[in-house]
Amino acid sequence: MAGADGDDSLYPIAVLIDELRNEDVQLRLNSIKKLSTIALALGVERTRTELLPFLTDTIYDEDEVLLALAEQLGNFTMLVGGPEYVHCLLPPLESLATVEETVVRDKAVESLRKISQEHSPVDLEVHFEPLVKRLASGDWFTSRTSACGLFSVCYPRVSSTVKAEIRQHFRTLCADDTPMVRRAAASKLGEFSKVLELDYLKSDIISLFTALASDEQDSVRLLAVEACVSIATLLPQEDLETLVMPTLRQAAEDKSWRVRYMVADKFSELQKAVGPEITKNDLVPAFQNLLKDCEAEVRAAAANKVKEFCENLPEDSREQIIMTHILPCVKELVSDTNQHVKSALASVIMGLSTILGKDNTIEHLLPLFLAQLKDECPEVRLNIISNLDCVNEVIGIRQLSQSLLPAIVELAEDAKWRVRLAIIEYMPLLAGQLGVEFFDEKLNTLCMAWLIDHVYAIREAATCNLMKLVEKFGAEWAQNTIVPKVLGMANDPNYLHRMTTLFCINALSEACGQDITTKQMLPVVLKMSTDQVANVRFNVAKSLQKIGPVLDSNALQTEVKPVLEKLATDTDMDVKYFAQEAISVLALA
Amino acid sequence: MAGKLLLKGGKGPTSLGVAGGNDFQWCFSQVKGAIDEDVADADIISTVEFNYSGELLATGDKGGRVVIFQHEQESKNRPHLRGEYNVYSTFQSHEPEFDYLKSLEIEEKINKIRWLPQQNAAHFLLSTNDKTIKLWKISERDKRAEGYNLKDEDGRLRDPFRITSLRVPVLMPMDLMVEASPRRIFANAHTYHINSISVNSDHETYLSADDLRINLWHLEITDRSFNIVDIKPANMEELTEVITAAECHPHQCNVFVYSSSKGTIRLCDMRSAALCDRHSKFFEEPEDPSSRSFFSEIISSISDVKFSHSGRYMMTRDYLSVKVWDLNMENRPVETYQVHEYLRSKLCSLYENDCIFDKFECCWNGSDSAIMTGSYNNFFRMFDRNTRRDITLEASRESSKPRATLKPRKVSTGGKRKKDEISVDSLDFNKKILHTAWHPKDNVIAVAATNNLYIFQDKIN
Repeated sequence: MAGADGDDSLYPIAVLIDELRNEDVQLRLNSIKKLSTIALALGVERTRTELLPFLTDTIYDEDEVLLALAEQLGNFTMLVGGPEYVHCLLPPLESLATVEETVVRDKAVESLRKISQEHSPVDLEVHFEPLVKRLASGDWFTSRTSACGLFSVCYPRVSSTVKAEIRQHFRTLCADDTPMVRRAAASKLGEFSKVLELDYLKSDIISLFTALASDEQDSVRLLAVEACVSIATLLPQEDLETLVMPTLRQAAEDKSWRVRYMVADKFSELQKAVGPEITKNDLVPAFQNLLKDCEAEVRAAAANKVKEFCENLPEDSREQIIMTHILPCVKELVSDTNQHVKSALASVIMGLSTILGKDNTIEHLLPLFLAQLKDECPEVRLNIISNLDCVNEVIGIRQLSQSLLPAIVELAEDAKWRVRLAIIEYMPLLAGQLGVEFFDEKLNTLCMAWLIDHVYAIREAATCNLMKLVEKFGAEWAQNTIVPKVLGMANDPNYLHRMTTLFCINALSEACGQDITTKQMLPVVLKMSTDQVANVRFNVAKSLQKIGPVLDSNALQTEVKPVLEKLATDTDMDVKYFAQEAISVLALA
Repeated sequence: MAGKLLLKGGKGPTSLGVAGGNDFQWCFSQVKGAIDEDVADADIISTVEFNYSGELLATGDKGGRVVIFQHEQESKNRPHLRGEYNVYSTFQSHEPEFDYLKSLEIEEKINKIRWLPQQNAAHFLLSTNDKTIKLWKISERDKRAEGYNLKDEDGRLRDPFRITSLRVPVLMPMDLMVEASPRRIFANAHTYHINSISVNSDHETYLSADDLRINLWHLEITDRSFNIVDIKPANMEELTEVITAAECHPHQCNVFVYSSSKGTIRLCDMRSAALCDRHSKFFEEPEDPSSRSFFSEIISSISDVKFSHSGRYMMTRDYLSVKVWDLNMENRPVETYQVHEYLRSKLCSLYENDCIFDKFECCWNGSDSAIMTGSYNNFFRMFDRNTRRDITLEASRESSKPRATLKPRKVSTGGKRKKDEISVDSLDFNKKILHTAWHPKDNVIAVAATNNLYIFQDKIN
């Protein structure tokens, strides 16, 4: 601010400070977001002695303001005078760490974790660690939950006496009266394990883990499953069997479906953490049970993991395990009563073909794919079709094409337009894999039928689909198969279909090239400029603007320009507007 | 002897220490609300609820307002203030709305209030009308920021060019201000009218029940809830039963119960499946064929279900009785108390004036040793579970002198009317006590009588 008049430069800052308590939340939020500007203007001394005490007491505010404040304070170290003074930021963050709003508390904890790194080891013990203790022994559970997230950042940097205290605090919180705190502790168990010495991991953490995993509240138990992954990764292989597996086995058979769901959801991580031997002996039967679980949510979560689980099986016995243990369960799931389970399976089952190879795929998987292609639920069929590429690589799509076609046709005519939309989006992919002949023979009519669908989103997607097909099969194919049909629609009595012709031309002109555009498309567009519906006419103007760059200058001057000029004097104001816009964009004026 | 009563079929004087086994009498403490004879509909109290400590007492009314009372601090020189509550905060929780898609008016009436366990210095409660549940925060503020840069002390604007230094506001003490702010709005999840909300013991979820469905919410997520019970038949003409009330177990986060219009209660375990359409336990008392009548089904409909604080028992209220069930016994209740059996002969006229559809609630005392529920004529009833003694008391302006002992009331049941008895025919059916609440620790009760809230407390002899 050198050289500026003192009064002048203070004014904007003065406004910011006053607006810290404006009645309008948005203005307060703006001020908080520029807190660093205020602090810079006040200097480090006044920031520490005046601004921070004020902020510490302003925790009455709206959540979004508090959230912004919590975030700002994480980057405030230099503004209070550097690492030497970083502890001045602790009081406001401490009060923010006790508010009831979880997002605010989490942000305050995040900022505290960040600035803990800027504390010197001495400051950490003098200022930071006492704060953690205060939070950990606070009256309200909000402060105790916040404490859970701070242990792991100070533990590695404090003396062994303080370390012992921290471990004690963590133990206490794991057995807290309120489930909120136990949940917070359980969710930080994995993180805390990582910073602990191996001996303490075995002596302290395992007992806490076991206790949390058998908590009376299932919302706590299910978090222990997550911790299980981290703990198993940290322990030497030989200890896993005695220290972790009993708990994991128990979780996989928990009475509560939510806990079993969590096991299913984390299965791949667990598999990696416990290693191949335990996977073979324990996880395979556990996985089979989850695939046969009585709760559909659990089966769906497990079904989602089928491919990943099989991929990660030890190579020497992979095929044997899949064929004898997993595949029988998968076969049952194909005819599950719940459609979410079936569609979860359908989204991954195709991936098994790469793992099992050509012969097994044809013999065992193909019947399943075919069954799913005939499933009553459209989502299941869609999921199979959307993953065809995996099978294509292994056995070629021809094996499937006979069953594929009826499935596609049925989806293409589904009563729900979202289903039709989804299948359209897979058309270019299918076309690429099935080849041009098969496509012309079987699917072309479908693609054209979508152009006159009664839902706009479908007509629009169909237009886009044509463009992708032309990109794939080339201009010559377009000229023979698509363009005549598209142009034919220009004479349709329904103006919406006439407009579809224009939209198709917009999409296709570039891919078809100058020759086709000038000779075949342009005459049709120009003819439509006299359409009696204004919407068609202004779309003609828009189309001309769009295809203009593809045309040569002769065509532009002699054919396009007169038509646009005429449209520019149209009685309809939208037609006029778009004609004028086209004239100026194409520089025809 | 004053303060003694003759029990029904009484064999001599007995003490009236219903609740807690102590020898005490109930006495008047306070009455809230206008004295006017003509009552505005909006002022009718529709729910009463103490918080977990008993420090605060909330009421909701038909006008969509929530009034919170705070317990008056006891002081040595005014020890009698023990049961005194004063207004702490009043706010408009719900406004009348109109559903344009269904052409339906949505009343602002507060159907239920439930407190959340306290989590920091502020207090939180859920309030609901027929469709929308709201989470409110009630917090105190006793400091105010002072000092502006652009204004001087009198509020006059300063010349922006004459600001030579920056002022950071300072916080100064001010008079205590209580603010209620809406924190979350849980809407659009109920097609039918919400009759119950109940906070789960996991402190992060709660359930809400309407006539046909029960949803489970996370307290922090407003745009999504999980349907856990759905009894709507595919064809609405096959509808025979509706959900009348639902509550979470006080300790086991996976257990909840719901009652039905057929007089049955289903207990569900959320651990077994995501959708709790199949119950784990089914509580039903076989009907006595001899007393079967046209009204049997209507009067067996359960209007309220409450778990005991211990979690071992639950209590249900139907039109004529309160039943206590042991969760371990499904085939019949362990205790049945008649609330106003003398109305059995009047069911026909109660049906005609719609009173038979009144939804009476019920509540436990802090130690689960006594229960309370309402009746007509501003009478309310208490039953001591240990001694099986019962008592009828009246919430009325007449006995509303401070510390005045409540006289037991008695309704004559046929034969000749004794002195001090009231005949069934002279009961006022417009004065009904539907909502009552018992302090979680003390013998302090709150009784809603139309637009008045009565607070009574014990007086130890």
